[in-house]
Amino acid sequence: MKRKISLRINGKPYTDEVEPRLLLIHYLREVAGLTGPHIGCETSICGACTVMLQGRAVKSCTMFAVQADGREIVTIEGLAANGALDPVQQAFWNEHGLQCGFCTPGMIMATKQLLQDNPSPTDLEIRHGLEGNLCRCTGYQHIVNAVKAAAGKAGA
Amino acid sequence: MIPQAFDYSAPQSLEEALGLLASGDRKILAGGMSLIPMMKLRLAAPAEVVDLGRIAGLDGITEAGGFVHIGAMATHHTVETSPAVRASCPLLAETASHIGDVQVRNMGTLGGSIAHADPAADYPAALLALEAEIRVVSAHSDRTVNAADFFLDAFTTALEPGEIVLEVRLPVEQSSEGYGYEKVAHPASGFAVVGVAVRITREHGRIIMARIGVTGMGPHAFRARAAERLLEEGAAPERAAAVVGEGEEANSDLYASADYRRHLARIHARRALAVALSRAS
Ligand SMILES: Cc1cc2nc3c(=O)[nH]c(=O)nc-3n(C[C@H](O)[C@H](O)[C@H](O)COP(=O)(O)OP(=O)(O)OC[C@H]3O[C@@H](n4cnc5c(N)ncnc54)[C@H](O)[C@@H]3O)c2cc1C
Ligand code: FES
Ligand code: FES
Repeated sequence: MKRKISLRINGKPYTDEVEPRLLLIHYLREVAGLTGPHIGCETSICGACTVMLQGRAVKSCTMFAVQADGREIVTIEGLAANGALDPVQQAFWNEHGLQCGFCTPGMIMATKQLLQDNPSPTDLEIRHGLEGNLCRCTGYQHIVNAVKAAAGKAGA
Repeated sequence: MIPQAFDYSAPQSLEEALGLLASGDRKILAGGMSLIPMMKLRLAAPAEVVDLGRIAGLDGITEAGGFVHIGAMATHHTVETSPAVRASCPLLAETASHIGDVQVRNMGTLGGSIAHADPAADYPAALLALEAEIRVVSAHSDRTVNAADFFLDAFTTALEPGEIVLEVRLPVEQSSEGYGYEKVAHPASGFAVVGVAVRITREHGRIIMARIGVTGMGPHAFRARAAERLLEEGAAPERAAAVVGEGEEANSDLYASADYRRHLARIHARRALAVALSRAS
């Protein structure tokens, strides 16, 4: 039986009727039309689907949309404000923290969470904080550099 | 990766939830970090999912009467970062920090992890070493089970149909105690191939209390009681660690044979003991 859910995504209200088995990632991409969060593995491993739920990073392929009823979600689309990239987005751009870009929306959301918890992380803390996000292209070093740059610690 | 269709309920109170769970093909949803992957693979296909996420107060952490009480719905992240847990049960906070990745720790819960009882889960080792008590309730019962009697087999616990884990009670660790958790993380899944949690108290240079919990090695987590006894009788840590896992069944898979797992349990018991001894005052 379908259920009605009401939630806020990137500050905007959404109300929809959904099947309980609808995964949040499918709701975001196919119902709300937000294709920034990607589907990589769909098995809770790669982190490409990472979004913020109540301010904490979660894998939206491992959550039902009904669990988000009444909650606040931020996707990669919600970061840039007034045409200016978020500092984390800008740092990934400047430091070549991406190649194909497939993992990037998840990497950036996980980085938002990492810097919120620990504003000046070490290399090791960055790697630990991004353990739930896989990248097939960059070899991670440029991602670590981007996170350091975003933390205002480039070259440190 | 779409689960079979199911009905969903999100009770607002514990009574309502227990009433629902008293009958029918219903499964609890906590953090969903084990249940949802299983439902996606259709290894689980409950007719109804009962989400505990809307019941206020199931995730509280309080300290009273020499015990820390942690609500079943406390997330791994909450356990890892809670000032009360870090101060009074640092072994548990340290263990939580080893679970999965940050996204998993943000959703996964203490109650869900122990109810699921994955043989490779991290928490059971710490709960055994901490001699935790697990409060379990149903619509018509309320009982407490010692951690040592809770983990019965792979994915099998002492929970009866209709029962849920309500909270975990842990005796406050003495500040003079040393503790350590050493884990071999599976390179792909991050779960414990083997994990050993240790607590030690020393007096005048002698070990007077030792507790060792081992996860990952066998079908369920266990206490290494023979090694504990040797330590308390004055044996060197290397000698005690060498008997860890003796007489216990060991799992075998493509990544690690039973003999190798037993070997890892001993090596990591030794390492965890070294860390615990360096922290004990
Ligand atoms: C990518 C990934 C990596 C992981 N890595 C690790 C790791 O390294 N170490 C580790 O230990 N775990 C790991 N996990 C598992 C994780 O810790 C889960 O959070 C945990 O096993 C289940 O907790 P949950 O709250 O998500 O429970 P759910 O998935 O919601 O439920 C699990 C089971 O327990 C039952 N249940 C839930 N709550 C209760 C309750 N209060 N009372 C009775 N029954 C209940 C449910 O009905 C279900 O059968 C990983 C998971 C993922 C997805
Ligand atoms: S798509 Fe969600 S973790 Fe890979
Ligand atoms: S940039 Fe291609 S997967 Fe990360």
